[in-house]
Amino acid sequence: MIVAERKPMEEIKRLIAPYKKILVAGCGTCVTVCWAGGEKEVGLLASQIKLARSAEGKDVAIVEATVERQCENEMVAEIKDKVAGVDAVLSLACGAGVQTMAEMFEEKPILPGVNTTFIGRPQKEGVWVEMCGACGDCFLDRTGGVCPVVRCAKGLLNGPCGGTRRGGKCEIDPDKDCAWVLVYRRLEKQGRLDIMRQYYAPKNYRAVKRPGKVQAAKA
Amino acid sequence: MKAMDKQIVAFCCEHSAYPAADLAGKLRLRYPENVLVIRIPCAGRVDVIHILKALEKGAAAVLVMGCEDGACHHITGNTRAKERVKYSNMLLKEIDLDGRRVEMFNLSPNSPHKFVRAVNEIANVVNRPGR
Repeated sequence: MIVAERKPMEEIKRLIAPYKKILVAGCGTCVTVCWAGGEKEVGLLASQIKLARSAEGKDVAIVEATVERQCENEMVAEIKDKVAGVDAVLSLACGAGVQTMAEMFEEKPILPGVNTTFIGRPQKEGVWVEMCGACGDCFLDRTGGVCPVVRCAKGLLNGPCGGTRRGGKCEIDPDKDCAWVLVYRRLEKQGRLDIMRQYYAPKNYRAVKRPGKVQAAKA
Repeated sequence: MKAMDKQIVAFCCEHSAYPAADLAGKLRLRYPENVLVIRIPCAGRVDVIHILKALEKGAAAVLVMGCEDGACHHITGNTRAKERVKYSNMLLKEIDLDGRRVEMFNLSPNSPHKFVRAVNEIANVVNRPGR
C-alpha cells in the first residue's frame, strides 16, 4: 500500500491560512491503514484546526468527508457538493488522490495535507516500512522475495557491500537488516543458493518511462 | 465567561470513577459545580476525538478517569485511555494549546476523596487567572 504521513501542523496552518471554509477530505484506503488520512484522522485534524483558529480568535468552518478511494473519479464525484461549498480542500490522500481532486475540481485550490512517502507495509503497530520502489522491472524471484532496490540502503543489486555488521545489520542504520543477508538466508532456506552464483544482465532502469502508464490488455 | 463557569468534562468509568463520584455526593463532599461527569462503560471507550470534541465545544479541561493500574474491569481499558490522553496532549501541543488541559486519573470505586482531589486540582488549573 501507499504510505504517507501527515504534514507538520505548522505547514498545514500556513497552507490553509487564507481560507475560511475548508473541506478536510480523507481517503478510505491506503492512508487510512497508515493512520495518515482516514476518517479518524480527518476528524482529529478538523478538530485541531477549529481549536487552533478559535484560540487565535479567527473564524473557520470545517466540512469533513472521506471517500473510499480519492484516486478514482467516480468516488471523488460523491463529494462534489461539499467541494462546491468551500473555499479550499485540504486533502489527506496520497499524491494520486490530491491530483484526482485537483483535476476534477479545477477551480478549487486542493491542498496536500500529507506527505506521500513510499510503497510499503506495516511492520508492527504504528510502524510502516518501504518494500517496493516501483522500478517497473521486478526481480524478486531471484532474491527470495526481498527487494534490495529499496531495502538495501545503497540499492545494491549484486550482493552486500563490505559494511554488513555482525548479526546481519546494515552499516548505514544498525536498526535495519542488511537486505542481502535476508536474501541469502531466504534462498538458503529454499535450497536455491545457486541463484546467487548466476550472472544477470544489468537492471533495466528505464522500464518505467515517467510518467508511468499501464494499459490493460484488450481482448 | 466568568472563571468559575469554565466547564470541566470528566469521563468517568462506571466501574471506578463514577461510583467514586457517587460516593463523594453521598458523603456530601464538595467539589466544583462546573464539573460535568459523563458515565462511560470503561475509560478505554474514550477516544481522542471525544476529548478534542469536548474542548472544541468549549470545555476548559477534560479528565479521563478510569480504574487503578492493573485493576481495569476490562483488563486494558485504562492503559489504552492513558495512551490516548498522551496522544491528545501531543495534538494540543502541536497547535500551541496547553497540554495540561487533558489529564488521566486512576482511582478505585471506594476513593471519593481522591475523585474530589483530582477535580479540584484541575479546577484550580483552569480557574487560574489568565487562562
